[in-house]
Amino acid sequence: MVANPVASSSVAAGPQGGGRTAIAATLPGTLDQIVRLTRFQFRDYLRSRRFILMFAIVGVIGLILTSVVGYFRPAFISDPLAFYGSLWGGGVPFVVVLAAVIYGADAIAGEFQNKTGYFLMGLPIRRITVYTGKFIAAFLASLAAVALFAAILVANGAYYLGGNALPWQLGESFILAVVYLLAVLAAAMMFSSMFKTSSYATLLVALLFLIGFSLLQAVVSGLANITPWFVITYANTIIGGVLSNSCENQPGMHTCKVGGGPGGGFSITVNNATIPEGAAIMIAYFLLTAVAGIFLFEREEFS
Amino acid sequence: MTSPSIRAEGLTKRFGPTLALDRLDLKIEGSKCVGFLGPNGAGKTTALKMFTDMIFPTAGEAFLNEVSVQKDRKRALAACGVLIETPEIYPSLTPTEALQMVGKLRGLSDAALADRIPGVLAEVKMGEWANKKVGKFSKGMKQRINIAAALLPDPEILLLDEPTTGLDPRGMAEVRDIIRGLKRGQRLIFMSSHLLAEVSDVCDEVALLNRGKLLFYDTISNVSTQFARGQRAIDVGFSRPIDDATLGTKLAQLTGIASWERMDPLRVRLKLSGGTDGSIERLFSEVAGLGVGAVRFQESASALEEVYMTQVERGD
Ligand SMILES: Nc1ncnc2c1ncn2[C@@H]1O[C@H](COP(=O)(O)OP(=O)(O)O)[C@@H](O)[C@H]1O
Ligand SMILES: [Mg+2]
Repeated sequence: MVANPVASSSVAAGPQGGGRTAIAATLPGTLDQIVRLTRFQFRDYLRSRRFILMFAIVGVIGLILTSVVGYFRPAFISDPLAFYGSLWGGGVPFVVVLAAVIYGADAIAGEFQNKTGYFLMGLPIRRITVYTGKFIAAFLASLAAVALFAAILVANGAYYLGGNALPWQLGESFILAVVYLLAVLAAAMMFSSMFKTSSYATLLVALLFLIGFSLLQAVVSGLANITPWFVITYANTIIGGVLSNSCENQPGMHTCKVGGGPGGGFSITVNNATIPEGAAIMIAYFLLTAVAGIFLFEREEFS
Repeated sequence: MTSPSIRAEGLTKRFGPTLALDRLDLKIEGSKCVGFLGPNGAGKTTALKMFTDMIFPTAGEAFLNEVSVQKDRKRALAACGVLIETPEIYPSLTPTEALQMVGKLRGLSDAALADRIPGVLAEVKMGEWANKKVGKFSKGMKQRINIAAALLPDPEILLLDEPTTGLDPRGMAEVRDIIRGLKRGQRLIFMSSHLLAEVSDVCDEVALLNRGKLLFYDTISNVSTQFARGQRAIDVGFSRPIDDATLGTKLAQLTGIASWERMDPLRVRLKLSGGTDGSIERLFSEVAGLGVGAVRFQESASALEEVYMTQVERGD
C-alpha cells in the first residue's frame, strides 16, 4: 500500500498559539561543563552510602593502628621517619586501592547498571565530559579519604613524637600517594567502562590491585629474573620508600647488609624503583588507562 | 529562526542477527507532533537512541536541526529535550537538584532556573516533592521528573520514547495533556508509542514502524481518509445474546448498513455504507427500536486502527 520511505508530510499541524518562552541558554564550553558536572557528581558522592563506608573503613583502620601502636609501643615511635614509613607507607597504598575500588570501579559501570546514564546522555554533553567529570569527582572523594588517613596518623605522630616532628619526606610521600591514586583510579575507571555491571568491575579492580599486581611482580622478578618495571606495585614502593630509613625499602638499586651481628650477616642487592622511575611509571599508568578508558567509553552503547 | 527538523538517512541498526532498524529514511520539519507508532519490538527505541547518540548506527546518520548526531552530539542535542526509556536520577538528588544539574549543564542562568524549575515541576504535578530525595520515588514519579527535565530548557525539539509508560491511567492522561499543551509553541515533538489511541489522540502525524521498517509517514487525517475511504463502523453491544438469524433479518435490513460482522455473542460491528452523522443518528434510534436488547452503541475505533492492524499483521 502506501509504503513511502522518504515520506515528508507537508501539512503543518497543531494550533500555533504563542511562541516558545525564550530561555536564554548558551551551551557552556566543554571545560565549563566538566566543572559543573564534577560539582554535582561530587555532591552525590558526599551524600552516598559509599562515602560513609569509605570514611568508616579508613576510620577503623586508623583506630586499629592507633590502638596497636598505643598498646605495643613499637620502637619506631621515637623516630619520625620510621614512624611514618611504617604506618603511612604501609597503609596508604591500601587506602588508595580501596578508594579506587569504591569510587572508580562503579563510576561508569554503575551508570549502565542503575540506568542513570540515560539521564546524562540525553543532554548536550560530550562523552569525554561525562568521563572526566566523573573521574575528577571520584578523585576528590578518594583524596578526602587519603587525607583522613593522613590526619589520623599525623595526630598519632604528634602524640608520640611531639607536635613539630613532621618529616618533610611525609609531604613528598603524600604527593607520590596522590600520583598513585591517579593511576589506580584511572585504571579502575577503565575497567569500569568495560563492564555494564558494577560488581564485576569492582571485583576485578580489587583483585588486580590487592593481589594481582603483587603476584605478577613476584613472578616476573622471581622466575623470569627481570626488573618488573612495568608492574605498578614495583613503582608504588617509592611511596613508603621515601620515608624509609631501612636500607631494603629505600628507593633505587643498591646493596644492603642484612642479619647477623658484627661478624655475621650477608649482603643482598635490592632492586627498588628510584623515585623518578616510580613516578614516571605511575604517571604512565594514569595516562594510558585514562586514554584507554575514554576510548572505551566513547564507543560504549547505552543499549 | 528556521523551523525545527529531524532527519534520518538510511538509519540502520543490527544487533547480531536482529535487524532492529532497517534503512529508516525520514524527514520531519516544522512545529508539530509526530507519533512514532509501532508494536513492541518494532525498533522505535532503537531509532530514538540513535537520534540521541546513545547507540551507534550500523549504517546511516541522524540529524537534529540538520546537525549530525553522530558527528557532534553536543551541538545536535543542544536544541533538544530527550526522554528515552525510564532513566534513573541519582537517588541522592532532589528533583530540584536534578533539574539544576540539567539546567547548569545546558547553560541556563541561575535566574532562569529559579524561575523555570518550580514551573516545570508544577506542570508534571511534582511541585510538592520538589525537595524530597528522588531515591524513594515510584517509577511513575521518576518518569514525571524525567519529563520535567526534558521540558526544562523549553526545547525546540522533543524526543520522547513512550513517555506514558510506567504511569497510572491518570498519569497517562496528564502527560498527554502536557504534550498537547506543548504543541502550542514553535516545537517539533517526536513521540514513540505502541498505543494507537495515544498517537491519534495527541499527534498530528504518524510514522508507522513495524519490524524495523517504516511503513508510512503521513498526517493522521490523510491516513484515515485514504485507508478507510470514508467508511465508518459502529459497534453495538447487546444485553442478551443475539443470533445470526435475528441479525440478518432485522439489523441488516436497516438502510445504510453495508455489512456486519459478529465480534462475540454480545457484540456486533456494523459497517456503514454512508457515514454522515445524520445517518448514524437515524440508525441509533432504529437499532434501539428493534427491541433486540441493544444497550451500547459506539463508533468503532478509528480508521487508523484498521490500518495499524492490517499493516502490522501483514508484517513485511
Ligand atoms: N541491545 C540489544 N541487543 C539485542 N537486540 C536488541 C537490543 N535492543 C533492541 N534489540 C532488538 O531490536 C528490536 C527492536 O527493539 P526496540 O527498538 O526496543 O523496539 P521498540 O522500542 O519498538 O519496542 C527488538 O527485536 C529487540 O529485541
Ligand atoms: Mg521501546
